[in-house]
Amino acid sequence: MKNRFISLLSIFVLCATPVLSFTGCGSDAEATDTLVVLNYGKYIEADVLKRFQKETGIKVKYEEYESVEDMYAKYKAGSINYDVICTSDYMIETMRQEGELIPIDYNSLPNYANIDQDIIDASAAFDPTHKYTVPYFYGTVGILYNTKMVDEDTVSSWDCLWNPEYKNRTVMINSQRDAFMVAQKKLGYDINTTDKKELDDTFNLLCDEKKYVYAYLQDETYECMISEDAAMAVCYSGEAAMGMEYNEDLDYIVPNEGGNLWIDSWFVPRTCKHYDAAMKWIDFMCEEEAATENFEYVWYATPNTKVAQHEDEETLADETVFPTKETLSRCKLYEAYDKDTLDYTTTLWKKLKAY
Amino acid sequence: MTKIKKGTSYFYLGLVFLFLYAPILVLIVLSFNDSMSRTVWGGFTLKWYMNLTSNDNIMGALGTTIRITLTSSILATVLGTSAAIGIHYMKKRHAAIMLGATNIPLLNADIVTGISLMLLFTRFTPLGEFSVVLAHIAFSVPYVIFNVLPRLQSLSEACFEAAMDLGATPSYAFYKVVWPEIFPGVLSGFLMALTMSLDDFTITYFTKGAGVNTLSTMLYTQLRKGIQPELYALSTILFLLAFILLLVMNFKKNVRKEAVK
Repeated sequence: MKNRFISLLSIFVLCATPVLSFTGCGSDAEATDTLVVLNYGKYIEADVLKRFQKETGIKVKYEEYESVEDMYAKYKAGSINYDVICTSDYMIETMRQEGELIPIDYNSLPNYANIDQDIIDASAAFDPTHKYTVPYFYGTVGILYNTKMVDEDTVSSWDCLWNPEYKNRTVMINSQRDAFMVAQKKLGYDINTTDKKELDDTFNLLCDEKKYVYAYLQDETYECMISEDAAMAVCYSGEAAMGMEYNEDLDYIVPNEGGNLWIDSWFVPRTCKHYDAAMKWIDFMCEEEAATENFEYVWYATPNTKVAQHEDEETLADETVFPTKETLSRCKLYEAYDKDTLDYTTTLWKKLKAY
Repeated sequence: MTKIKKGTSYFYLGLVFLFLYAPILVLIVLSFNDSMSRTVWGGFTLKWYMNLTSNDNIMGALGTTIRITLTSSILATVLGTSAAIGIHYMKKRHAAIMLGATNIPLLNADIVTGISLMLLFTRFTPLGEFSVVLAHIAFSVPYVIFNVLPRLQSLSEACFEAAMDLGATPSYAFYKVVWPEIFPGVLSGFLMALTMSLDDFTITYFTKGAGVNTLSTMLYTQLRKGIQPELYALSTILFLLAFILLLVMNFKKNVRKEAVK
């Protein structure tokens, strides 16, 4: 019996030792210079991440996610304490309303002056008092089209999606909010409308469109356009820029009625344990050189005004990458729906997909 | 008549192989494609293979995967083999209870295992690479047990006792008599633990700490903006390695059979 007890004890000690020593090391390292960052997948140039660690001596635990909803689930799981997160506008608003955000100390961000004031102003849609966010990338929703099959006049209005001539040759965006936006713009409604009747009209118009749609896609849109399976597609500007890189006949336009402007921003969540390091990180993202490298890797519109000096004229003239002020003035940000509207539109969207 | 029969059966076999291997073939072809796109053929290139070693992201994930897989499967084999020996010599009723308990992790959905392990780990230790290793050991142990147990059951008790009668110590008798008999079971258990750990996405996803990525979790985050073609190259290499390993093993077996004849 005694023998058995000793062997049990020794097994326990053997098992416990690595656990204890491991937690010991872990928390020590955690207390000093580490930073837990959460960002979209493939949304940073690897060199920038390396340089930040070298210059500041802060060790970054860099974590990635695939979609906004994914990010929210990861954050809510609470198994990891994130210090700084980058995500899209409407999710930031949701989290702000839940009280998950900590104000940013803008005085400790010398490079913040590089950020375009227009984009900061536009951020008011999800951060009205401008206390919580720093813009990272932005873009629009518009139409990517093949110039061999469609001319520019046709796609300068959202009406083209209801044109029988392009039956089964248009790709619709597979995202509820963006699809509703398209129909609401055509009807002349506000893209943040919560009026049930207006939402019903939107739904009916989209049902009507469905017979002309070749497919509802999101990530594969540009692949579909490169291979010329479709003549035009509703998609994000970033997606469009990627497609245009491979097929010279493709072009991108935000129709005259206007569209949606989206902004991905950095913010500090309540779980932050290394506030100073988080401020250094955000400031580094606004730095001229880092922003340029990131832009050249991600190829989305950057709110950093210093980046333009490093790019050639062809890039700067590319309206897909750098939307003009005139285009931006036609675009609007989404505001987060209240619970009722969210449920209602989700039901409508499901009905549309099943229709 | 028989000719037609044979023709159809070959046709059917061909179809089966086509469905099994066409996706891998597409992957291999894409790994030589000189264009980031999945639909446009940009010409033949080896650049993704060249880039592979200089891609820190992929190399880091590969290193983590190998570390986690090897550590967890070796530890699981040790634990599982000792557990199997223990269970084998237990009283019948106790053994039945233990086997039942061993079955639970096998039948449990990965997502349930993943979430429950995550909840457990966050109480005691920060999530990191270590927590993933622990989780992988937890789900690999049953595979080892179930591979070793049948070997033990077919073992003749008398041999072990005879060795003891002839003056061997229990441990000497174990290594000389029992171990050679159960070794194939231990090996197949180890290989199974290895593949399970290499394959796993769900449990790893929930139990990993920030910044820790295995190949499968890294792939997942890349879906939104398209997968790096370097990954096609890596997958091709991994597939070829497994294929060669299989060929070598079969070849060896055949050689041994010939020798016996």
